[in-house]
Amino acid sequence: MDNPTTNFDVLVVGAGPAGIAAATRAAEGGLKVGIVDDNAASGGQIWRESREEHTAEAKAWGDRLRSARVLTLFGMRVFDQPRANVLLAEQHAEVRELNYGKLILATGARERFLPFPGWTLPNVVGAGGLQALVKSGLPIEGRRVVVAGTGPLLLAVAAYLRKKGAKVPMICEQASWHALARFGVGLLRFPGKISQAVMLRRDLSGIAIATKSWVAEAHGSFKLESVTISRSGNLERLACDYLACGFHLTPNTELPILLGCEIRDGNVKVDDFQQTNVMGVFCAGEPVGVGGVDAALIDGQIAGLAAAGRTKEARALFSARRSARRFAAALERACRLRRELKELPTPETMVCRCEDIPYSRLQQHHSWRAAKLHTRCGMGPCQGRVCGPATQFLFDWNPESVRPPVFPVRVESLASTTAEQ
Amino acid sequence: MSRQIVLRVNGAPVSVPAGVTVAVAMTIAEQACRTSVTGEPRGPLCGMGICFECRVIINGKPHCRSCQIVCEPGMDVRTNG
Repeated sequence: MDNPTTNFDVLVVGAGPAGIAAATRAAEGGLKVGIVDDNAASGGQIWRESREEHTAEAKAWGDRLRSARVLTLFGMRVFDQPRANVLLAEQHAEVRELNYGKLILATGARERFLPFPGWTLPNVVGAGGLQALVKSGLPIEGRRVVVAGTGPLLLAVAAYLRKKGAKVPMICEQASWHALARFGVGLLRFPGKISQAVMLRRDLSGIAIATKSWVAEAHGSFKLESVTISRSGNLERLACDYLACGFHLTPNTELPILLGCEIRDGNVKVDDFQQTNVMGVFCAGEPVGVGGVDAALIDGQIAGLAAAGRTKEARALFSARRSARRFAAALERACRLRRELKELPTPETMVCRCEDIPYSRLQQHHSWRAAKLHTRCGMGPCQGRVCGPATQFLFDWNPESVRPPVFPVRVESLASTTAEQ
Repeated sequence: MSRQIVLRVNGAPVSVPAGVTVAVAMTIAEQACRTSVTGEPRGPLCGMGICFECRVIINGKPHCRSCQIVCEPGMDVRTNG
């Protein structure tokens, strides 16, 4: 049986800020535009909260997306490209074929996690992960939360958790004051960022921010009870209910790689108009370089306008993008991971959480491919989304190829694709 | 105050605010979402549906990502073995 098919002039994958901006600008010119996302609503990770809590910027873009008459396909997950200009997506128990003229990939980013002893204990959660859980109803009032890792997300998460009544005894940032100060000085060039930073500083007053600090071990029997912090070379133990731990972000490049997009230094390579090396396939936001919401909105608009053939309007945004991308580069420098973090796992520390592959078994191998073949590392349901970036940092391994389906789907959905081939 | 609903977690009734996800219910109930290949208890990590650590059995259906599913009254949730 044929899968139901929908045709689009421009199809956007991912409904975070970059995808919303891309779809909106493409559709405002009168084209038939669709936007697909596996979440139940638009907003991505950063604009996840309910509409009442949205920032003015998020509200404005949401309204603009609606009035541009973009067809929204939410709760739908793209998993394969059976042939050129067609994507397959699964929704509930059904497979849909999405045909497109131009494609814009706005697949966003996820948190980077690094293994350390005890990191698999329940209540050791990502920084963004804990925020997402609290946003979806986890009561946090009065709970002690240590926030650790690297990057500006830690500060935003700590401020959010405290606003919700959590006690945050410490934020452990692996970067040095020096690296942060350089980034802070760099902020002077970005007026919008300064007011954000000042607001954040007010929200964080009274919370200890320790630099050159990280969690060396998480302790507990059934769930987390305390953490050992390495703070400028000294070890100290802190009791806590949750550890919110993330090491900045890593772009979601699985779908771009599947479609043949070239990757450079971990990011999707694009030209001035956000077009990848694959003709008609554009990419915007975090996958071209983690840069936050401002860069994503500008990239997205350029991609949407370019995909719609409105190159003059796209060009008008180039200088704004240069500024946003300079911020992204400064951010990346500030969040560079220190070597000491490579020494944290013991031989027994699980690195691949899906298949329970400890550090000692991976150490024997020389590449991601060899480790996968011999240990099943990265072959569980997350398909290397957690251990891939971790082994990249620990062992300098590079994930080489991506095979469909890019996300676990039902066997019936796979059958519906092979039947056509 | 928000309305409470009751579901069953590993056989025991648990009351949670309406609208929370199953991952939140498991955390409130202090139950592991899944047991790993080597028998470790595991709970949510990414909170956004990519890590698969929060998989549970819902009404007999295994491998449901609890961070993506909202609780319903009477739902039967079990630790994914």
